[in-house]
Amino acid sequence: MLLRLAPALTLIVLGAPIVLGLAWTVLPAFGYFPAIGGTGLTLEPWRVLFASPGFERALLLTLTTGIGTTVLALLAAVGFCAMTAHRPSVLRLRSALPPLLASPPSAMALGFAFVIMPSGWLVRLVSPWATGFDRPPIGLVTVQDPLGLSLIGGLLVKEVPYLVLMIFAASAQVPVGHTLAAARALGQRPATAWLKAVFPQIYPQIRLPVFAVLAFSLSVVDMALILAPGNPPPLAVLATRWFSNYDLSLYYPAAAAASLQLVLVVLGLLAWLAIERPIAVLGCRWIERGGRSQVTQGLTDAIGVTTVVLGGLGVIALAGMAIWSVAAAWRFPHALPDGWQLSLWRTHGDQIGTVVGTTAAIGLTAVTIAAILTLACLENEQRRSLRPGTTALWLLYLPLLVPQIAFLFGVQVVLIRLGLDGTTSAVVWVNLIFVLPYVFLSLADPFRALDPRYAASAAALGASRWRVFFAVKLPLLTRPILVACAVGFAVSVGQYLPTLFAGAGRIATLTTEAVTLSSGGDRRILGIYAVLQTGVPLLAYAAALWLPLMVFRRFRGLA
Amino acid sequence: MTGGISGLCQGLVLECISIAVKGESRDLVGGLSLSVPPGQVLTIMGPSGSGKSTLLSYIAGFLDPRVFAASGRIMVGGEFIEYLPAEDRHVGILFQDPVLFPHLTVAGNLLFGLRRGRWRDRRKRQAMVSDALASAGLAGFEDRDPSTLSGGQKARVTLLRTLLSQPRALLLDEPFGKLDVALREEFRSFVFAHVRERGLPTLLVTHDPADAEAAAGVVIQLNDVVVRPSRIVETIGDGASPVAPLSMSGSRR
Repeated sequence: MLLRLAPALTLIVLGAPIVLGLAWTVLPAFGYFPAIGGTGLTLEPWRVLFASPGFERALLLTLTTGIGTTVLALLAAVGFCAMTAHRPSVLRLRSALPPLLASPPSAMALGFAFVIMPSGWLVRLVSPWATGFDRPPIGLVTVQDPLGLSLIGGLLVKEVPYLVLMIFAASAQVPVGHTLAAARALGQRPATAWLKAVFPQIYPQIRLPVFAVLAFSLSVVDMALILAPGNPPPLAVLATRWFSNYDLSLYYPAAAAASLQLVLVVLGLLAWLAIERPIAVLGCRWIERGGRSQVTQGLTDAIGVTTVVLGGLGVIALAGMAIWSVAAAWRFPHALPDGWQLSLWRTHGDQIGTVVGTTAAIGLTAVTIAAILTLACLENEQRRSLRPGTTALWLLYLPLLVPQIAFLFGVQVVLIRLGLDGTTSAVVWVNLIFVLPYVFLSLADPFRALDPRYAASAAALGASRWRVFFAVKLPLLTRPILVACAVGFAVSVGQYLPTLFAGAGRIATLTTEAVTLSSGGDRRILGIYAVLQTGVPLLAYAAALWLPLMVFRRFRGLA
Repeated sequence: MTGGISGLCQGLVLECISIAVKGESRDLVGGLSLSVPPGQVLTIMGPSGSGKSTLLSYIAGFLDPRVFAASGRIMVGGEFIEYLPAEDRHVGILFQDPVLFPHLTVAGNLLFGLRRGRWRDRRKRQAMVSDALASAGLAGFEDRDPSTLSGGQKARVTLLRTLLSQPRALLLDEPFGKLDVALREEFRSFVFAHVRERGLPTLLVTHDPADAEAAAGVVIQLNDVVVRPSRIVETIGDGASPVAPLSMSGSRR
């Protein structure tokens, strides 16, 4: 039975590259790399890493931005959700979620940089009438600041919407309405009632997403290239820089840095797990005190409003890039371009078209494979009435928890040995590692929640299991399947490091081009790439929502 | 008459309550007036969809303003509360499901509602919780996980939690509906005993005639259509004033 092999196959597709990649990153970190002559085991790479100029500051920067982002992102998402508990009108802001979620991290970073930079939109809006600046202020560092604050800001714009979405999804498992009503009847203010009675029930379900945020923030490369200081950069950027250097001897310390990155993430997750318990105890104390302070309510509201402002910045950032793409000239301190053009879109049309084609082809192939594997696993699970366990969930999250830099170099080493580096299929496979978890996670709930009576009725009418699958389950699940594919497609479009490494720098996608152009390119061309980076995934979302409406427009129950 | 005017002021009084689904012309509840003296249980009966639970949501302050348009005055303990947020109304509510917080122990659940403003000392608070548990035959249950309790135990803990929060009125939204018959009778008399002992004005919503009988108070039938003021006055019977004093002679239709 082919279907029975689906879980194993999925595990191999996900696990093999990660395990092999980790091995081929850790071995060079200890000097073993026969391809360039390293045959013995040595600690020399680590000595070089520790002795490299600015290493301590790079390490500190990595830790502060990574952990700072995670703590702030969780606070912001929780504050926002607590606030919406008693201001349902705020929920209308949910419509801002799809663009914020669909836009790749690098596109967001580009837009965010333009909003906050000294010559950026925020300063332009108040200049020169309020600030007196008629040229960008000199000496003011708001992007790539040494403390990494702009990186934290950019990461927050990207990660908070994700956590909010995860909290919304987890809320479906809890009788939120009744719980809130019970807590408020016992005298708690709405936001506090949500914090005390609903959030503790939800937290276990958003723990893995929080860990994904922690791992991502600690090891992000593309956003850090745009927003983090360059000298010293965060560890992951340092490793990427050394890996792509012509001096092959730098591979060793690069592998050491990448391995250290893995250690940091593992330690970060362990530390987070370790402080969860004491915080839970303190939280229970706080809940059992029975206090009804207004302070918590006010504080949550303040955090919630900050979160809304942050989301607003994100939307403004995306809009800013869209305007740049059609701006003729846009001098400081003008808030809007001095003239408009579409000529750049035309002159670069062919080149852009090719890149969009490559990006879409890679994304669609990866998503198709991911959807087939996911559906096969889920159908197999249902036929054999397996109960999904936490181990399976952790395995699915593995690609989101292991830092990309820690295994992608190893993957490249293996690909070179197989003669596959720089091929489209290699890029698709490596993209698939990150696409599959998202497709699986978005599709699993709707698939498992499908009313079993449909399949039972069909079977009672004599339909075989495959007929039930193709003629009943798939049509009923059209919409969630397409939405899951759109999510996966957006993830694929946003990948920077996987495409860079597996493509050996020879395969250009929207994201690799945008990041390459980000240092000193024409801002209008950069705008074109950033707009497409967000626009192409958004189109996929729109198609996922619109197609079922068209196909099933005669059936109200499905549309 | 057991309560008299002073008793009524201490009780729960509803004046001309109307509730409609926004965008629909027909009222879910139309001009309902009633009053419940302390320690008495008034039963509202009606088929599902007749707006019984919606009425309780309005009194407790949980009505979703995006879905419903509601008006009318609510007085508890001589004070109008309809403009207050739910948490300041001091109206306890029991739902069909126990809604115990699964992330807290039994004691944690009871401490949740025990107002800090009134009892600050930790030991005193814990002693109150233990006393309450013991009084309900649940001594030693403090550290239990609520999900390990039986249905009847959960129901009792939920009532204790509400009572410890010192409500001024109690709303019962079919709280006996999911218990099996033997348990139902036991829990019912447990609830009504507490209601009488504490002199809580209580509104019970149910579709089980046995509940109404056990409540031994006035019964109002909310019909599938509309309850009009005239009809209520007629039902309750004592005069033309919108807040009809209740005669507590027993249930009638």
